[in-house]
Amino acid sequence: MTYMRTFGPAADPVTSLGWGLTVICSLVILIIAGLLLTATLRARATTAAISSIPIVHPGGGLRWIVIGTGVSTAVLFGLVIWTMFTLAAIASSPEPPAFTIEIRAHQWWWEARYLNDSSDRTFVTANELHIPVGSPVQLKLIGDDVIHSFWIPALAGKTDVIPGQTNLAWIEANTVGTYRGQCTEYCGAQHAHMAEFVIADSAPDFKAWWDRQLIDAEVPSLDATTRGEAIFLARCGACHTVRGTGAGGIVGPDLTHVMSRHTLGAGTVPNERESLRAWINNAQAVKPGSRMPRLDLPPQDLDAVTAYVETLK
Amino acid sequence: MSELALREVRLPIGSFGRKSSGWYGVWTLVLTEAAIFAYLLFSYFYLASQANGDWPMGGPPSLKLAAPNTLVLLLSSAALIWAERSGARQGKRWQLLSGLGASFVLGVVFVFVQLREWQAKSFSIHSGTYGSSYFIVTGFHLAHVIVGLLLLLTLFFWALRGLFDRERHAPLTIGAIYWHFVDVVWLIVFTALYLVPRLR
Amino acid sequence: MENVLKDTEAGRVPRTVSESETVIDPKLKAIWETAPGIRGILSSVDHKRIGIRYIVTAFVFLIAGGIEALIMRLQLAHSDLKILSPEAYNQLFTMHGFTMIFLYAGPVLSGFSNYLWPLLLGSRDMAFPRLNALSYWIFLLAGLFLYASFPLGLAPDAGWFNYPPLSGKDYNPGPNIDFYLLGLIFLGISTTVGSANFLVSLLRTRAPGMSINRLPILVWGTLTASIGNLLAVPAVSLACVLLFTDRQFGTHFFDVEAHGQPLLWQHLFWMFGHPWVYAIVLPALGIVSDALPTFCRRPLVGYTPVALATVATMIVGFGVWLHHMFATGMPVLSLAFFSAASLVITIPSAVSTFAWIATIWTGKPVLTTPFLFLSSFIILFVIGGVSGVMTGAVPFDFQLTDTYFVVAHLHYVLIGINVFPVIGGIYYWFPKMTGRLMSERIGRWNFWTMFLGFNIGFFPMHIVGLMGMPRRIYTYAPGLGWDTINLITTLGAFAFAIGVLLFLINVFLSARSGKLAGPNPWDAPTLEWSVPSPAPVYNFAIIPVVASRHPLWEDRLNESPERSSLTRGYLLNQGRETLATTVLDAEPDLILEMPGDSYAPLVLALALGVLFVGLILHSALCTGLGGIAIVIAILVWLWPQRRLGQVGEATHV
Repeated sequence: MTYMRTFGPAADPVTSLGWGLTVICSLVILIIAGLLLTATLRARATTAAISSIPIVHPGGGLRWIVIGTGVSTAVLFGLVIWTMFTLAAIASSPEPPAFTIEIRAHQWWWEARYLNDSSDRTFVTANELHIPVGSPVQLKLIGDDVIHSFWIPALAGKTDVIPGQTNLAWIEANTVGTYRGQCTEYCGAQHAHMAEFVIADSAPDFKAWWDRQLIDAEVPSLDATTRGEAIFLARCGACHTVRGTGAGGIVGPDLTHVMSRHTLGAGTVPNERESLRAWINNAQAVKPGSRMPRLDLPPQDLDAVTAYVETLK
Repeated sequence: MSELALREVRLPIGSFGRKSSGWYGVWTLVLTEAAIFAYLLFSYFYLASQANGDWPMGGPPSLKLAAPNTLVLLLSSAALIWAERSGARQGKRWQLLSGLGASFVLGVVFVFVQLREWQAKSFSIHSGTYGSSYFIVTGFHLAHVIVGLLLLLTLFFWALRGLFDRERHAPLTIGAIYWHFVDVVWLIVFTALYLVPRLR
Repeated sequence: MENVLKDTEAGRVPRTVSESETVIDPKLKAIWETAPGIRGILSSVDHKRIGIRYIVTAFVFLIAGGIEALIMRLQLAHSDLKILSPEAYNQLFTMHGFTMIFLYAGPVLSGFSNYLWPLLLGSRDMAFPRLNALSYWIFLLAGLFLYASFPLGLAPDAGWFNYPPLSGKDYNPGPNIDFYLLGLIFLGISTTVGSANFLVSLLRTRAPGMSINRLPILVWGTLTASIGNLLAVPAVSLACVLLFTDRQFGTHFFDVEAHGQPLLWQHLFWMFGHPWVYAIVLPALGIVSDALPTFCRRPLVGYTPVALATVATMIVGFGVWLHHMFATGMPVLSLAFFSAASLVITIPSAVSTFAWIATIWTGKPVLTTPFLFLSSFIILFVIGGVSGVMTGAVPFDFQLTDTYFVVAHLHYVLIGINVFPVIGGIYYWFPKMTGRLMSERIGRWNFWTMFLGFNIGFFPMHIVGLMGMPRRIYTYAPGLGWDTINLITTLGAFAFAIGVLLFLINVFLSARSGKLAGPNPWDAPTLEWSVPSPAPVYNFAIIPVVASRHPLWEDRLNESPERSSLTRGYLLNQGRETLATTVLDAEPDLILEMPGDSYAPLVLALALGVLFVGLILHSALCTGLGGIAIVIAILVWLWPQRRLGQVGEATHV
C-alpha cells in the first residue's frame, strides 16, 4: 500500500513532491546531526568539575542564526511554491471524467453505484471497483453513518467521506493492475478491516465487466443451489440484494456478483470456499462487531447456501 | 561594579486602590470568557452558513422584548458605575448601596424578561441547528448574568457590612469589570443574533 | 503578626546578609512553613510543593499511558494477532492519547513552571497561591474521573479527538464518551486558572529590575503558552459542552439528520488542538534554552530572537488548525493558505534550533547527563519538525494523513520536544528541589536506553507510514510488508520503557542517597541558584534586585558595571509578604500579603467533582448539590480578609 510509487495522474505529481520532500528532509536531518555531533565533541570539557570551567561569551553566535534561518527560509519558500503547483496539478482531472461512481461508506464496507446517463446501465456493487486504464473517473463520496476516508494510495490521496455532505474526488490509473486501499478515518470497531480495491482494466475488459455487472443473477438449476436460494431469501434477503430474486435488503453489500470479487468482508478474508463458508456461518468470529449476525446454520443448510452464493458470479 | 540599590520608598500594602492582584486576575477571566463567546458566535455563523434557508427559524427574532431588555442591562451597568464612582470612591455609603441594589434589581428584570422571551419562541432547543444555537448562545449569556447576580448580591452584603472604604474596595472594582463584560457580551450577542439577520 | 495593617507603611531598611548564608531565617521559615502531616498535604499553597506534586502526578499518568502503549504494541507486533479485542484496543488508544496529551504533557510543564517561576522571577510565591493549589487538585480529580471509566470497561473509545458522528449518541450511546467530554471540561478549568495565575504572576511579582528582556526563556515559553491557553481552551470546552448537550439533551449541533455539522466539531477541536500542542512544547523549549547554556559555559546565543520566536510560534499557531482537516473536502484556496502557514511556522523553530547549536558550538560543552538529554533533543526536534513540513505540504498530506507517518511525527515532537527536555530538566533542577544530585552513572544508562529505544521504536513508523499503514487499526493483514517494522517498533518501545524505568530508579535512589548538592552545583547563572538547596520554603530571604539576565555570572561576563543585588534588599518579614512591581519597568509598587494554608481549594475542587459526577450519573440532585457547594466554597474563599489587606480601614462606608 505504498504511495512512493504511483500509477496515475491524480497521484504522480504528489509522488515527485513526496520524494523531493523526503530527500530534502533527510538531508536536513543529516546536516543538523552532523553539526550537533561536531559542536558537542569538538571542544568538549574534559573535566567534570563544572565550576572550574570558565564562563565565555564569544561573539559570532548570531551569524549561525542568520545563516541557518536564512537557508531554511529559502528552502521552505521553494517547498511552498512546489506544493502549490502540485496542488493545482491534482485539484481536478485534466479532462472531463469518463463517468461517475457514487461511493457510500458504511460501517465497515464500501457501497459503489456506477452512474450512467441511461438508468438501465446503472448498477450497484461493493468493496471492489473496476476502472478503465487511461480514463479519469469521478468519485462522489457520500457519508451514511460516521466519517470514513476513501484511499487508494497508488492512485490518489485520500478524501474523507462525511455524513451530511458530498465530497468529490477523482482517480485515474495508467497501468493495468489491482490497487489496494483502506479506510483511513477511524470509524469504530472494525475500522481495521475496511479495505477497498480498485482494479484497472483495459478498455475492452472494463466494458465486459460493466456489462456483466448489469446482468441479473442466474436462476439456480441444481437441487442444492435451488434449496440454497430459498434459504438465502429467508435468512439473508433482509440485508442483502441479489438482483433478479426477491432479496432486496440494503443494509449489507449487494451480492449479485459477489463471486467476481476477490475478498469478503471488505478485504478481511479471501473469497474462497472455506472462508466463504466460515463467513456466512459466523461472520462475528471473522470480523467481530460487524453488522452481520452470527447465523449458526445446520451443516446441510450451510452447504446449500454456500453453493448458492458461489453461483453469483 | 556597583550593586543596584532601591530607593527608600513608602509602599502600600495589600489590595489597595486599583492595584490588587485580583484586578489583573479578573481581566484574564474576561479574556478567556470572551474567547468562549467568540467560539460560540463562530459556531452560530458556521451553522448559519451551512443551513439551507430557514435561518433564523421563523424570521429574525423579535425585538419587542429583546431591545428594551438590552436597555435594562445597560442601565444596570450604569447603576454599577455610579455606585463605584459616586459611592465607593467618594466614601459615600448610601450611593454605593443603592447603586448596587439598583444594578441587582435591573439584572433580575433582565433574567425574567429573557425567560419570558424564551417561552414565547415558536421553536425550542430541539428545533434543528437554529433552535439549538439560539438557546445555547443566549443560554450561555444568561448563565453569566446569573453568576453576575450572585456576585452583585454578595457585594451588596459586603458593602452593608462595611467592608469597603475609599481606597480598599477591590471586590467592587473587580465585580464591576465582570458585570460590564457581561453587558458588552450581550451587546455583541444581540447584534449578531437579532440585528445581523435584519441586514439582508 | 500584627492584626491591623496601616495603609501607609514604609518599605523596610534592608538587612545585610553574607552571600554564603546557610542559616535559614527562622522568622521567615515560621511564617511561610506549611502545617505538618495530613493537614499540610491537604491545605498547602506552597508553590514548590504544588509544582512537585504536578510533576509526580504527571509522571504517574505518563506511566499509565506508557503501559497502555506497550499493551497495544504487543497486539501490533505481528499481523492478525488476537491478544486484544477491537473494543479493548480502541479504548486503549483513546486513553493513551488523552492521558499523554492532557494528563501528562501539559501538567508536567505546569509543574516545572509552578516550582520555578517564583524562584526565577525573584519572588516568594505566585500571584494567586490558593488558585495554584486549586489547579492541581482539579487536575488530579479530573484524571481520576476519567480513569474511573477504565475498571468499569467504559473508557472512551472514539480516539483522543473524538469526532462525531462516531462519538455521538447514535453510534456511542453509553457513558464512555461522556467521561471524555466531562473529563476534558473539568481538566480545562485547571488549565485555565493555571494560565491566569502565570500571566498575573508575570505582570505583578517580578523582582525589581527584572525587565522583560531579562526573563528566562522558560518564563517566555510558559507565558506564551498561558496566553495561548486562555484563548484556545474555551474552544474545546465549548465543543465538549455542545456534544454533551447533543448526546444528553437532544440539541443538534453535530447531528447530521437535523442538518448538524460534524465538521463544526473538527474546527472547534483543532482551533484548540493546534495551539495546545504548542502550549505543551514551548515551555519545554524554554527549559532547554535556560539549562543548556549552563552546560556550555556561556549565555544562550540570540536571546532576543529566541524569545521572539517563541511568541511568533504561538501566534502563527492559531492560524494553522485546518492542516488537521486537509482531507475533509476543503476549498482549494483554504488548503493553499493553511498549507503555506503550516510551512512558515517552521521558521521560528529554525531560529531556536540554530541558536542552540551555536550555543554548543561556541561554548565549552560539559557532557553531563542533563546535557545529553537537552542536546539530543535538538535532533529529535528537527526530525519531528521536518516530518511536520512533509505533512504540511497539503497534496502530500493527502497521502500521509491518518497513516503511521503522522504517528511518527507526533511522537517525535511530543517525546522529543516534551519528554526529553523534561527529563533533562529534572536532572538539572533535582538538586534545587531535593538538595541531592542524581547519579551520573545511572543517568548514562538511562539516557542511552531512552534515546536508542525511542529512535528504534519510532523512526521505523515513518517508513511503515510511507508503506501505507493507517492509524488506529487494532490489527493488520499479512502480506502488506508491515510485519517486520512493527516488530522492530515493539522492541524499541519496550527498550524505551526500560529507559524510563531507569530514570525512575535514578530518581528514587538519588532522592534517598544522592550526593549532597550546594546552592549552585552546576555554577548556573539564574536566581534560583542563589538560594540554598533544597530551596527554603520562603525562597528568598531578601528580595533580589536584578541587573541582567545572568545575575550569578555578572562578575565573569562583565557586560556592564551594574551588579544584581542578592544580599541587600527588602526583607518583608512582617507576614507572608512578597513584592509587587510595576508591569513595564519592574519597579517596586506594593507589598503583597499572601494567603497561607487553606482548605478552600481542595473543597472547591471536590465540589466541582461532585458536580461532574452528578452530570455523568444523570443525577439532578448530585449536580445541584455540587453547584451549591461550589458557590459556598467560592464565597468562603473570596471573603475579604483583613490580614490580606482586603478590608477597608476607614469607617466612612
